[in-house]
Amino acid sequence: MSDPRGRNPVVEVERYELDEAPVRPFGLERREFFKLMGAGVAIFLLNDMPTAAQESGGFVRRRPRRGIQGRRFNFGEPLPQNIGAWLHIGETGKVTVYTGKVEVGQNIRTSLTQAVAEELRVGMEAIHMVMGDTARVPFDMGTFGSRTTPTMNLQLRRVAAAARELMVEMAAKRWNVSAARLVASDGKVSDPSSGRSLEYGELARGQEMAQAIVAEDPLRPATEWTVEGKSVPKVNALEFVTGQHHFPADIRRPRMLFGKILRPPAFGATLQSFDASGAAAMPGVVVVREGDFAGVAAPSEPEAERALAALKAEWKLPSGPQPSNQNLFEYLKAHAEPAGHPGEEFGFFGANEERGAVGPALASAAHRLEATYTIAYIAHAPLEPRAAVAEWQDGKLTVWTGTQRPFGVRNQLAEAFHLPEARVRVLMPDMGSAYGGKHTGEAAVEAARLAKAAGRPVKLVWTREEEFTWAYFRPAGVIEIKSGANANGLLTAWEFHNYNSGPSAIRTPYEVPNQRIAFYPTRSPLRQGSYRALAATANHFAREAHMDDVARQVKMDPLEFRLKNLKDERLKAVFQAAAERFGWRERKTTRHRGFGMGGGFEKGGYVATFAEISLERPGGEVRVRRVVTAFDCGAVVNPDGLRNQIVGANIMGLGGALFEAIEFADGKILNNRFSRYRVPRFSDVPEIEVILIDRKDQPSAGAGETPIVGIAPAIRNAILDATGVHLYSLPLVPHGLKA
Amino acid sequence: MQRVRSLTINGQRVAVDAEPATPLLTVLRDQLGLTGTKYGCGEGQCGACTVLLNGFPRRSCQTAVGVAAGKKITTIEGLARNGKLHPLQQAFLDEGALQCGYCTPGMIMTGVAFLRANPHPSEADIRRFMQGNLCRCGTYPRIVAAFRRAAAIKSS
Ligand code: FES
Ligand code: FES
Repeated sequence: MSDPRGRNPVVEVERYELDEAPVRPFGLERREFFKLMGAGVAIFLLNDMPTAAQESGGFVRRRPRRGIQGRRFNFGEPLPQNIGAWLHIGETGKVTVYTGKVEVGQNIRTSLTQAVAEELRVGMEAIHMVMGDTARVPFDMGTFGSRTTPTMNLQLRRVAAAARELMVEMAAKRWNVSAARLVASDGKVSDPSSGRSLEYGELARGQEMAQAIVAEDPLRPATEWTVEGKSVPKVNALEFVTGQHHFPADIRRPRMLFGKILRPPAFGATLQSFDASGAAAMPGVVVVREGDFAGVAAPSEPEAERALAALKAEWKLPSGPQPSNQNLFEYLKAHAEPAGHPGEEFGFFGANEERGAVGPALASAAHRLEATYTIAYIAHAPLEPRAAVAEWQDGKLTVWTGTQRPFGVRNQLAEAFHLPEARVRVLMPDMGSAYGGKHTGEAAVEAARLAKAAGRPVKLVWTREEEFTWAYFRPAGVIEIKSGANANGLLTAWEFHNYNSGPSAIRTPYEVPNQRIAFYPTRSPLRQGSYRALAATANHFAREAHMDDVARQVKMDPLEFRLKNLKDERLKAVFQAAAERFGWRERKTTRHRGFGMGGGFEKGGYVATFAEISLERPGGEVRVRRVVTAFDCGAVVNPDGLRNQIVGANIMGLGGALFEAIEFADGKILNNRFSRYRVPRFSDVPEIEVILIDRKDQPSAGAGETPIVGIAPAIRNAILDATGVHLYSLPLVPHGLKA
Repeated sequence: MQRVRSLTINGQRVAVDAEPATPLLTVLRDQLGLTGTKYGCGEGQCGACTVLLNGFPRRSCQTAVGVAAGKKITTIEGLARNGKLHPLQQAFLDEGALQCGYCTPGMIMTGVAFLRANPHPSEADIRRFMQGNLCRCGTYPRIVAAFRRAAAIKSS
């Protein structure tokens, strides 16, 4: 019987097998490094100038001709430690790029490849990106916060630009001509005056050239881009449509077992008694118990399931009443910590703000409005649940897992098993997405525990119920706003108190002379963490809902009211562009059809979203008919990829806006599966139009997150427009609109 | 009940060894390494595990391998013929109808069966039929576009 896989010869060989040896240049001697990598040319980007100067013995060489600062490494000299990214050009002209960023569906494998192709002047197909393998790529904090495009994209462009210059210089030397008259394009250097040319691979042949750069170099400006700024298809899309791509859950290792974890019946339960005799007697089954952790590994998944079912465990539940989604918001307020002092920063996400004198301004305002908004916990529910394959060999641990932070997971594993980090390798195959939900390495640690006990590789794939229960949630929150406006519709006072949902985008982009903005961390009854755009969704929902309510109070058109209170030209521009395309001024509101907007600024991106809704029956289901989003994230790198992200963000946001909410009580998640937790499906999807405002004069910002923030307030305000009903909670209408 | 010893997958007979009640999904992925078929929910709600049984789309997480035995099973790996993609696969590439791509095999398998039964679908037809397939990345509009593109190619 033959291979039913029908392997497609055009598909690249699996890139996550261990057949490629770990290559860490860091601290290696140059000679050693090229022995591992093969001859060629390597460029390292050092993280910062002072370290770079130090690392390189203080003689960072400046090459004023094109502004690249760099230095060469001599024979026997160790390569630098503090590397942000690096690139290798081999003797066949193959370009390999190493970055700690990971691909989770946001399409950076493609956009980063574009960045390298742009500056190195090679075709996309010559470039291979090695991502998120801790043994082979430089350290990276993680892939979140929309940081890849503003940071890694620039870094790789610099590395590629330096490599290109090096190629030109090497050709110049070989021909004994001035580098200034040579041109790099299509993977080769040519001399227009003589017509001769050399391919990069030829130039790299027999070389062992390593160079470090630290430059803040001038790069090809966005107005001259030839590869970036254009739509290119996902680089490895073929592997996905043929089923050949191996996601973390698809990794297989020889002699691999399948793991299952014994889960407590409720959060906080502790294991009182444990009898594994039944399971342990099953052939090939390994049982592990360490404290409250218990699990099994078996030769197949059905056997693992049977073994799990045979474990006899008694749990002690935590005493006293547990919070539930019914009393969640009282609970959050009751357990709030005091706000930080004004100006306090929470990471790079936001800040408390105190400006002017809010009290008097409110007291003297012509119009005053006060409202409280609430936000439910929601789940990321990535279609691929957490998964890991762990393998121990000679005291070293290798784990393939889906995570946005491979180095963070490496650290978690090193701590859990008291290993030096050098003995832990984490590989992150392009995964079935995360949306901020996979910053942690639960499955990795669990699989490694089982594998250690079994002495064989173990695969652990969380069930959907586990993913809905034991992952973490987008924070729930309570937001209280007090506002004051004068008779002309100018905001004069703005108080904004956020309990628990987070400080991201907590500041108002509107001009208000008197402000008090505060974030109060609380004790969260559920495990919570990052989400697409973090708390920016909650803060924008409350703020933009309130803006419509004030607009009504001062009897102004919601668009005019916003524009009147805005100075930021880029934010105004997205509102105006979206309004025009949407046909805001021509809208015809009826009792069954409404129109609304929401927008703002976050992580370098400006967004405005307009929505049209219909009420299927009065008092019934709300349908979103049409959405227009205008987005400005600086110079656009890949327009098609960006549109895909913006449409996807709107659709994802629609679920949180209309119906998604985690229900919980007594330490249990009550709707822990798709049949009970509704997410957007084909029938929920409106017509969506995207307007990209391509600001070639502005640095490129990340775009996977911010476009999600406008849809919820836009829908909310559209419902208000049609019905006059002010809604104050996300989700807005989990059970239809009860008039 | 007798153990299932062989299956016909992508035009070939392959040896397996499973209890008949084992989900087909498990056998495909774990015994045969056909990991293009995905687990998303295990309760028939997401469509990531869709394969064809005698040409009809089936949730392999809800299909006992005993039921599949003796039928023609097609998985995403068997769709391309001699390196030539099925028009729907090609249409997914042309429309860029994926982000993380985890839902993609299930979408394509469901779509292949749907287009065979309904070569000229309206947009509403597509949405209705595909209601059971989830894409958390929200690529739905492009998936609809890919279906329409493939339908147009097939009928031209
Ligand atoms: S895994 Fe079978 S339908 Fe979701
Ligand atoms: S592309 Fe990610 S789930 Fe569909």
